[in-house]
Amino acid sequence: MPGTETPMTDTEAAMPFHREPRGGLMVALRATLKRDLVLLLRRRSEVLNPLVFFALVITLFPIGISPDPELLATIAPGLLWVAALLAALLSLDSLFRGDYDDGSLEQLLLTPQPLAALGLAKVAVHWLLTGLPLALMAPVLGIMLSLPAGSYGILALSLALGTASLSLIGAIGAALTVGLSRGGVLLSLLVLPLYIPVLIFGAGAVQAAILGDGVAAHLAILGALLAVTLMFAPWAIAASLRISING
Amino acid sequence: MWTFIHKLGSPRWFYAISARLQPWFWAAAALLLLVGSVWGLAFAPADYQQGNSFRIIYVHVPAAFLAQSIFVAMAVAGLIFMVWKIKVADMAAAMMAPLGAAMTFIALFSGAVWGMPTWGTWWMWDARLTSMLILLFLYFGVIALRGAFSSRDSASRAASVLAMVGVINIPIIKYSVDWWYTLHQPATFTVTSRPSMPMEMWLPLLIMLLGFYSFFIALTLMRTRSEILRRESTKRWVRDLAAEEA
Repeated sequence: MPGTETPMTDTEAAMPFHREPRGGLMVALRATLKRDLVLLLRRRSEVLNPLVFFALVITLFPIGISPDPELLATIAPGLLWVAALLAALLSLDSLFRGDYDDGSLEQLLLTPQPLAALGLAKVAVHWLLTGLPLALMAPVLGIMLSLPAGSYGILALSLALGTASLSLIGAIGAALTVGLSRGGVLLSLLVLPLYIPVLIFGAGAVQAAILGDGVAAHLAILGALLAVTLMFAPWAIAASLRISING
Repeated sequence: MWTFIHKLGSPRWFYAISARLQPWFWAAAALLLLVGSVWGLAFAPADYQQGNSFRIIYVHVPAAFLAQSIFVAMAVAGLIFMVWKIKVADMAAAMMAPLGAAMTFIALFSGAVWGMPTWGTWWMWDARLTSMLILLFLYFGVIALRGAFSSRDSASRAASVLAMVGVINIPIIKYSVDWWYTLHQPATFTVTSRPSMPMEMWLPLLIMLLGFYSFFIALTLMRTRSEILRRESTKRWVRDLAAEEA
């Protein structure tokens, strides 16, 4: 509303440098979160494609291996986790690509706020619109693979926790390859070896739930992995983005 | 002390200093590898369980040690390059990567050859085999990333970041693979509980290990020197050097 904005600009004009430098981080974070959410929600296919990919890959396995429910039940935890991991990987390339192409990534680098925090906001949006939907969709595909009862909740929970780490680790690779025109295959080469610990404990949690073992240990380690990546990954993402932009 | 490090950091001084160091490491490598392999392959007693096939250990273990050490060395060189912008460190890191990948491959291959007579299979999803395989993929990633950039400076910095990220992840990967292996409990092949080694088997192994490390240092020095000449080929001192040679 122009009526409410006019007095604001008047006070700012009176003290031009008073409001600018401070208090910016929360504002910048909120703006980045909002912008990315709006952009992704307007490009629905980018949100839906990983989910369709996930469902498709899961469909391939019974066709390729065997439709026998018992066999599928034994391999279901691993299949679901690997397919979700690949779907998350597939969505990574677009994480910084659009911003790199239209130049808004450079504007992000120029802001006075720390790049690591803004990068973290972008990764959070990515997880919210790929990792979380994948986790919510996995139980449905679990039914199709006749995943034993009692492990559905753990499947969704482990995926929700795990994909957060996957998004963070993957964002490092995405930031490193965003300046390259054909970075897609290279990105998976860089990122997949680093995904292995998350896969081990994620699939392990579902397996433990099926066998009736303690799930808490696996989930705790997934949480620990998330805590560690949350601590280190933003800095690596920021450094990688700087390399990609300046190079 | 500090001036020495700064001198070492400049390509020209590194070139001069490494010229003096290089022959010593080559001599040490040749001597140690010769003594170690002759002793290990011909004179060390045969294993009472595995017979002569255990002698693969004299290649396998040093290669596996070196494979892991080189990745750490590469990450340290990357850190030095990123923090102090010492170009020689990056040149050394670039030259180390293929050697590290080769050592990882040698360790995997000799392990497979060794696995056939002892375990009866070329490949087992054993914890150590699996983590070595992942290490090989990490090496491929670093090499491929360096090759993907057209600007050398970006390539250097990107490869340094990836090497550092990788080196933080190596222990995490190693422990999670160990845990994964103990959870799965496959067939009971025990590589680890071999009877502890007698002295006459262990000494040649130590000599081979030192020989492999000397070889790594000598080769890295040599390759870094030629990389210095390639990257600094427009500099005056390199031109003077070339004129002197000619």
